[in-house]
Amino acid sequence: MVERKIRVLVAKPGLDGHDRGAKVVARALRDAGMEVIYRGLSQTPEMIAEAALQEDVDVIGISILSGAHMALVPRILELMKANGQDDVLLFLGGIIPEDDISQLKEMGVSGVYGPGASTEDIVTQIRADVLERA
Amino acid sequence: MKLSQALLNQNRLALSRILTQVENNSESGRSALNELFPHTGKAHLIGITGAPGTGKSTLVNQLALYYRKEKDYRIAILAVDPSSPFTGGAVLGDRVRMRDLSGDPNIFIRSMASRGSLGGLAQSTVAMVQVFDAAKFDVILIETVGAGQAEVDIAKLAHTTLVVEAPGLGDDIQAIKAGIMEIADILVINKADRPGVENTERALKGMLELAHPTRRVFQHHGQRMVVEAPSKAEEQNPIWIPEVKRTIAKDGEGINELCETIERHLTFLREGGEWVTRERTQLQSTFDSLLRENLFTRFLDELSPDAYEKTLSKIMKREESPWGAVEKILNGRKV
Repeated sequence: MVERKIRVLVAKPGLDGHDRGAKVVARALRDAGMEVIYRGLSQTPEMIAEAALQEDVDVIGISILSGAHMALVPRILELMKANGQDDVLLFLGGIIPEDDISQLKEMGVSGVYGPGASTEDIVTQIRADVLERA
Repeated sequence: MKLSQALLNQNRLALSRILTQVENNSESGRSALNELFPHTGKAHLIGITGAPGTGKSTLVNQLALYYRKEKDYRIAILAVDPSSPFTGGAVLGDRVRMRDLSGDPNIFIRSMASRGSLGGLAQSTVAMVQVFDAAKFDVILIETVGAGQAEVDIAKLAHTTLVVEAPGLGDDIQAIKAGIMEIADILVINKADRPGVENTERALKGMLELAHPTRRVFQHHGQRMVVEAPSKAEEQNPIWIPEVKRTIAKDGEGINELCETIERHLTFLREGGEWVTRERTQLQSTFDSLLRENLFTRFLDELSPDAYEKTLSKIMKREESPWGAVEKILNGRKV
């Protein structure tokens, strides 16, 4: 039997065009043996939830540097729930003010990573959380 | 409700979950395949292959748009990208080019990693296509890994195979080599707004004119299959001559003409009896490879690890050849 691969959707919702971070993370997850579905820039929450459903991913990683996270994240979580995918983990990267992080985690975000976060930590965290969920 | 029943009732989450089970070759995946198989055999399977960067994903995007708009078909897309040979990880980026397709509930896109397979598809691609077929998609577009010369598995799976070329990639010698160029039912020259398109077209058309039109019989396990002489009826069936089509997928140019050619090919398959031949090729190759894989696994399970290691060490010392060892084991003798 083939071992179960961790599948991750990496996407950038909203209108800022800075996808360097998303690409660095995608590459790091690939090198950690995960299958990364790269979805690119300017995604709406609907597009992200739809891709997550079709790809049956374990994890969604989104990158937001526009400051719109408090609008985008709840919408994505709502759509995931509507699709029956509330067991999928949501990770967030980008510029997120300290005050918002605890609120986001309360909503159900598994991890929030800002500038300077180590890709190793992200990989370790995703592995641990996926294992725990299974 | 059972997952496979939910799939037959068009539940998208059920479809997605079953695809994962099948991709991982799990027990539940195999039993879902058993239940779904009677519902398969209806979809038109279209394979899209060609070198990396020739525009396969963009072309798939356009084909799906055409079928939605002109035919109101339900479309599934299965896109394969390579896995890393070192870490087993992958970046699957085909969806990036298919953004026009989101928001349409009658399109379902699934990306998959090749997971070590070398023929341009992954090991479970064939099985995943069956799942889509059972879910009543009219057309299933299968995009291979960026292919070079020998990745021809797609032609055993698809009813219609498109080989995508772009100007400037090779000369007329590349065009007469064996392998990928031979499997095309339709040759697509994408990026036809680039310089050199006339040369590419000339080389491809030249290649087709050189070839005697032949019926496609796949070599069995690399050996010539023993085939009976074609019956009278078969001989009278017309042979499909591959066509060369120009497209500029990013602007949607040439897509209507390409799709009309695909439809013509489908009619040819259905009316000329070739559909049945291709179904047979596909199911036979699935059956054979499952048999091979499972017999091998079962055999290894029965052979004690100790005996296996011993034989291997004898081979290492050149006391026994791999050929001789296999023969002895198969005949039930000790190595």
